[in-house]
Amino acid sequence: MKVVLPVLGLLAIIGAWWLATIVFGIEPFLVPSPADVVGEFLEVPGYLLEQALITLWEAVSGFGLAIVIGVPLALLIVGSTVLERMFYPLLVALNAVPKVAIAPIVVVWFGFGISSKVLMVVLVCIFPIVISTASGMKSTPGELVELFRSLDAARHHEFFKLRLPYALPQVFVGLKVSITLAVIGAVIGEFVGASAGLGFVISQSGGNANTSLAFAAMTLLAIMSVALFYGLSFAERKLLPYA
Amino acid sequence: MISLHGVSHTFGNVEALAGIDLEVGEHEFVAVIGRSGCGKSTLLRLIAGLLTPSEGQVLVAGDRVAKPRRDVSFMFQQPALLPWRSVLSNVLLPIEIFGFTRREYRDRAHELLDLVGLGGFEKRLPHELSGGMRQRVSLCRSLIQSPRVMLMDEPFSALDAITRTELSEELQRVQLELPRTVVFVTHSIDEAVLLADRIVVLSPRPGRIHKIVDVDLPRPRALGQVELDQVSRELRGLLAEVTA
Ligand SMILES: Nc1ncnc2c1ncn2[C@@H]1O[C@H](COP(=O)(O)OP(=O)(O)OP(=O)(O)O)[C@@H](O)[C@H]1O
Ligand SMILES: [Mg+2]
Repeated sequence: MKVVLPVLGLLAIIGAWWLATIVFGIEPFLVPSPADVVGEFLEVPGYLLEQALITLWEAVSGFGLAIVIGVPLALLIVGSTVLERMFYPLLVALNAVPKVAIAPIVVVWFGFGISSKVLMVVLVCIFPIVISTASGMKSTPGELVELFRSLDAARHHEFFKLRLPYALPQVFVGLKVSITLAVIGAVIGEFVGASAGLGFVISQSGGNANTSLAFAAMTLLAIMSVALFYGLSFAERKLLPYA
Repeated sequence: MISLHGVSHTFGNVEALAGIDLEVGEHEFVAVIGRSGCGKSTLLRLIAGLLTPSEGQVLVAGDRVAKPRRDVSFMFQQPALLPWRSVLSNVLLPIEIFGFTRREYRDRAHELLDLVGLGGFEKRLPHELSGGMRQRVSLCRSLIQSPRVMLMDEPFSALDAITRTELSEELQRVQLELPRTVVFVTHSIDEAVLLADRIVVLSPRPGRIHKIVDVDLPRPRALGQVELDQVSRELRGLLAEVTA
C-alpha cells in the first residue's frame, strides 16, 4: 500500500501528460510525450547514466563535506556564546545570498571541474545542517541536562553522550532538506560552467532545442533526488527507531 | 550523613529557603512535604551540589558540598532516560560518566533490574516501556553507583495512582534490602508515612522547617494500615496550619 499509492499517482500524471500531448497535438520540441523522452533516453543510455553519475557524485560528496563541516560548526556555536554571536549572523547572511549569484564566482575561483560544483553543493547544504543540529542540541530537555550535571559529567560527555545524540532526529530533518538542495546546487554549478553532468546536458540541449533530451535528464535528476531522500529516510528509521 | 546549618537560598529577589537546620543520619529515610513552591526541590539541589546556598553550610559525610558528588544520586520527577539507550545502557550511564568499566557493573545492573521486576527488559528502549517501568529503570540508575545518599524529587508523582502505590511499596522493599540515606520529596502524605523515618513539614515562602514528625512504626508497613492513619491525620493538620 505504501508503494502502491505513489506509483498510482505517478502513473496518473504520466497518463495525463501523454494524453495532453496527443489531444492538443503539442510539438515535441515544446513538450515531448513520455514516449519521446524514453526514446531519447534509450538512444544514449550509457551517456546519460554517466552524466547522472557525475552529478550524483558532486551532490553526494558536497553533502558529505557539508556534514563534516556543518556538525562541528554547530557544536562550536552551541558550545560558545561568543562564537555564536560572532559567526551566526554571518552564516545567515551567507544563506541569504542567492546561490545562483555566487555560482559564477565559484566557477571563476575553482574552475570548470568537479571542485566548483562540490563547493556549490556545500554552500547550499551547510545552512540547514548547522541550524538543525544547533537547535536540536539546544532543545535538550532540562531534566536530562540536570541529570548530567548531577553526575558531575564533563562537558564533552554532555555534548557527545547527551546533546548530539538528542539532536539526531532534528539533524535528520536538516539532512533531508539538504539532500534535495544538494542536487539543485550541483546542477546550478553545472549550468554556469561545466563540461559534464546532467545540468550540462540540460543547458546544451536547450541550445539545440532538443527538449526530449532535457526532459530525459530532468527525469533522471528527479529520480536521483527522490532516491537520495528516501535513502536518508530509510537510514533514519534504521538508526533512530525511537524517533 | 547530611547536615544543613543555617541554610538559606535566594534566587534573585525570591527567597526560597530560610534558616534550615537539619541532620539526617546514616540509612535514615527522611521525607519532605510542603506546598508547591515552598523550596523542596531547592533543598534537594543544595544537598546535591547543583546549587550553592546563599547562606549557611551543607555537609555530606562531613565534607562541605561544593559540587555534585559521586556517592550522592538524584532521582527526578521524570524518568530522564536517554531515548536511544537500552534499559541496561541507561542504568549503566553513571558508570560510563565516572569513567569506570561497564563490564564490572553489568552483573550489578542485572541484579538491580531483577530487584525491581525488570529482568528480561535489558535490551528494550525506553519508549517500549510503560511510565512505571521507566521510573523503575531510573531508580536502578540511581542505585548503580551504590550511593550513600539518594535524593528523590517527587519520583512517583507523574504516575497514575495504582502504579504509584506499587512503586512506593517497591521502594520500601528496596530500602529494606539495600538501606541508604534518603531524602524524599513528595506531595503525598500516604507515601511519606509509608516510607519515612522522619517527615519534615516545610512552611512556604520562604521555606522554613515548620515541624518534624517521627514515624516510629515497624517495617514493612502497608498502605492503608490503621497505625499509619494517625500519623497521616497529624500531618494533614500540620499542612493545614502551614497553608492557612
Ligand atoms: N532557577 C530558579 N530561578 C528563580 N527562581 C527559582 C528557581 N528555582 C526555583 N525558584 C523559586 O524558588 C521557589 C522554590 O522553588 P522550588 O522548585 O524549590 O519549589 P518546590 O517546593 O520544589 O515546588 P513544587 O512542589 O512545585 O515542585 C519558588 O518560588 C520558585 O519560583
Ligand atoms: Mg519541586
